[in-house]
Amino acid sequence: MTVIPMERKVLSENQRIAISLRKRFAEKGILCLNLISSPGSGKTMLLEKTLAGLPPEERVAVLTGDLQTENDAKRLAQYGFPVQQITTGGVCHLDGSMVERSLERWSLDDIDLLIIENVGNLVCPSSYDLGEEAKIVLLSVTEGEDKPLKYPSIFAKSELLILTKMDLLPYVPFNLEQARANAQSVHPGMEMIEVSAMTGAGMDAWREWLVRRRELILSRSTRA
Amino acid sequence: MHEIGIANSVLDASVAECARRSGVKLTRIGVRIGVLAGVDIEALRFAFEALTKDTELEQVGIEIQSCPRRNRCLDCEEEFVSELYTEPCPKCASEHVILTGGEELDLAFIEVEEP
Repeated sequence: MTVIPMERKVLSENQRIAISLRKRFAEKGILCLNLISSPGSGKTMLLEKTLAGLPPEERVAVLTGDLQTENDAKRLAQYGFPVQQITTGGVCHLDGSMVERSLERWSLDDIDLLIIENVGNLVCPSSYDLGEEAKIVLLSVTEGEDKPLKYPSIFAKSELLILTKMDLLPYVPFNLEQARANAQSVHPGMEMIEVSAMTGAGMDAWREWLVRRRELILSRSTRA
Repeated sequence: MHEIGIANSVLDASVAECARRSGVKLTRIGVRIGVLAGVDIEALRFAFEALTKDTELEQVGIEIQSCPRRNRCLDCEEEFVSELYTEPCPKCASEHVILTGGEELDLAFIEVEEP
């Protein structure tokens, strides 16, 4: 018997694609964000309200992933920005090759902000780099405040936590302080924003976050 | 939930390596899975079984090594293993702790029978 050391990442092919995507985004000065949450935490709703509040000349594009149906793309397309649905046909996450293939249909020169809405799932998307600048995790107040402890990987890897459906807080037993503390325990210093896409509360803080990150990308590309 | 895809990638890479070494027979595959990799080890075992059943790979042994979350304290350089989430440094109680391991999703080795 001979043992042959392999020492390679199982997802090395995905990693290779993600690195190439990240390089292309950097060259074009594109801010790419990867939105991740459980199903039903309000990713699409947050995006709808985000797109609705943007001036039409804003160069934003959205890729939205689901196992089946074009429903989310239809919801998002009504705001006039380019949207593509990626139906994974049962796969529980988006991977780099799906993003790469979808982007062939767009010119990256026309995009400043690319938002990828991942498949609703807190586990698998955390293993697949899509070349994004930052992962953002959403947690709605109708879920448990212990989600960061149950799914630490995605909370550790995401730069921003958006607590959603804040308008429902008075009606549910969600312990906001505990949720914040749980997130900080798996990811010390994690940025957190509380929003209600429904009432618009907190949306300014989210928009300001986007502007800050856009400026960061721009300052980087002008330096280069 | 994507354990089938992961098992598939591991099998593909192992078979490809064997194909480069003519005549060898794959006998064992070793993988390393970190606790933060988002992979369920039982589901992964099941995926290997399901994918290799009734194929020439059915007898290949799968060795899965689980890797704990490892941390390093930025203040006193202490290295320590913790539960899934961040814990303060056990030596100096500092909370400036960074992750140094636990996200492994690696094909570590294959074992083959020479012709």
